[in-house]
Amino acid sequence: MNQPLIDLVNISKSFDGELVLDDLNLSVKENSFVTLLGPSGCGKTTTLRIIGGFITPDQGKVIFNGEDITRMPPNKRQLNTVFQKYALFTHMSIAENIAFGLKIKGKSKDYINDKIKYALKLVNLDGYENRSVDSLSGGQQQRIAIARAIVNEPKLLLLDEPLGALDLKLRQDMQYELIRLKNELGITFVYVTHDQEEALTMSDTIVVMNQGYIQQMGTPEQIYNEPENAFVADFIGESNIVNGIMLRDELVEIFGAKFACVDKGFGTNTPVDVVIRPEDIDLVEPEQGTLQGVVTHLIFKGVHYEMEVTTPDGYEWLVHSTDMFPVGRKVGIHVDPFDIQIMNKPASEDEEAVGVNE
Amino acid sequence: MNKKSKQLLAFPYIIWMAGFTIIPLLMVFYYGLTDRSGAFTLANVAAIMTADHMKALLLSLLFSTVSTVICLLIAYPLAMILRNRHIGTGSFIVFIFILPMWMNFLLRTMAWQTLLEKNGVINSILSMLHLPTLSIINTPAAIILGMVYNFLPFMVLPIYNVLAKIDDNVINAARDLGADSLQTFSKILLPLSVPGIISGITMVFVPALTTFVISNLLGGGKILLIGNVIEQEFTKGSNWNLGAGLSIVLMIFILISMTLIAKYDKDGEGAAF
Repeated sequence: MNQPLIDLVNISKSFDGELVLDDLNLSVKENSFVTLLGPSGCGKTTTLRIIGGFITPDQGKVIFNGEDITRMPPNKRQLNTVFQKYALFTHMSIAENIAFGLKIKGKSKDYINDKIKYALKLVNLDGYENRSVDSLSGGQQQRIAIARAIVNEPKLLLLDEPLGALDLKLRQDMQYELIRLKNELGITFVYVTHDQEEALTMSDTIVVMNQGYIQQMGTPEQIYNEPENAFVADFIGESNIVNGIMLRDELVEIFGAKFACVDKGFGTNTPVDVVIRPEDIDLVEPEQGTLQGVVTHLIFKGVHYEMEVTTPDGYEWLVHSTDMFPVGRKVGIHVDPFDIQIMNKPASEDEEAVGVNE
Repeated sequence: MNKKSKQLLAFPYIIWMAGFTIIPLLMVFYYGLTDRSGAFTLANVAAIMTADHMKALLLSLLFSTVSTVICLLIAYPLAMILRNRHIGTGSFIVFIFILPMWMNFLLRTMAWQTLLEKNGVINSILSMLHLPTLSIINTPAAIILGMVYNFLPFMVLPIYNVLAKIDDNVINAARDLGADSLQTFSKILLPLSVPGIISGITMVFVPALTTFVISNLLGGGKILLIGNVIEQEFTKGSNWNLGAGLSIVLMIFILISMTLIAKYDKDGEGAAF
């Protein structure tokens, strides 16, 4: 087991009386790629800024490498940040941007020049030393922002939605680039994004946040396949979230039809939330399905067809399939037992937000 | 809209420029380069070399430089405070600083005259409190005070505007890379705000160099700046040719100053001060 590099202990923060983070605990292991994922206003950026030292928490401690750095100013911290919209220094050349941190630390000219060369090579922008910031594209500026941070050899790199302003293709390229960088450098990454696909692609650990609480923490597979509550299920990927009644262990009733599942321990006749991913629904001949419905919507998405199947109770099931069923066709719905996720219903709206943190 | 109607839209501005900028300028050059009989001469321009005129010009340069520096020293910290507090230009505090600009320039300067007079408001208060009275009216100090007071908003606004445009994350990035507050200021904020400083200097230095109202009212007519000399040639002396000739010299000085400032900015890569 790796040592935790950074430990957030009982962190609370409010702005203008509004609670943004409530008693947050988070531990990041050395050499991991942790993504804080959530909708805007969930507290993910505030968390990152607390680690970076730009925000002081109202309560709680930030432990870095065993040392309490809660009140340490950002310039004394052994970590660097890649900011949203790059935040490059437009009055300096690319080389001067990259050299900024090293010059302040008083490194020798030779050392700095070597580092600039090395960093530019690492981000695939050799020979850009004397270019101006304005002459670079968004993607290139992003690479320079990363180069400027990593030449300082931080133990921890914080990335605040670094790919948010890039177009889709570039974003995907940069995702692989970041994974490569992380592996080459052996630096711990804490990454903030609202893009679930980005989080799933890059992270070792995803921390799903909402309304200042951690909703679920786990590997991408765990987060996607075993969401712990309806928020996580809904936020990560697309899903059908329906009311069900857990009749007994391994049997759930949905809209009057009985589905075999693999979940246990919910008691008998308990109302539950059932999550089924659109790609886990198999459309079959009506008599072979557990539920019957009619295709009411059909869109070709490239990789698959997206269909809506309306069942007699009025629910529109979202289905992804490579097989096409035309609108108006009667179909049966079949779901394999292990593709059904059962979750306790939240007792109230509030508890929905509290999730697993408490 | 087609090309022709677009050109038509520019027409009023062309008339404006011709009528109020180009023709007056040509007239200044005509008068400046001719004598009373209309014959070409450089005597009016060369008249700057006389001791009185030279003294007035040098005094103007000195006063406008001093008041520009004072304006800069007051305006920069103020603009920084406004920026850091995220006070928008629409806010009350900025409003208070800009408010004097809405009042007549002449009235404001006359108000200072009343305030600073030997038996004026300030001295009355001071003597009531048994404090030593000020006697700065009709001194260079009063003129510089008047210049600073009148032109300060023109320094604050452009500097504030560039500072407000600097993304917080740019400052955070400098801190993140190890710069302390002082280094962040000298290496990031100051160089990035140079365009605002330059336009602030331009907007204070040029009117201060050419003013004659402030020196008339607060200098008591005893201190002659180049603006006063030119004004007197046009009004009291009725020697338009000499006045225009001296104006040409002043224009040349302004052009030189502006070129120097712009060049300094480029050479110093923004670190002008």
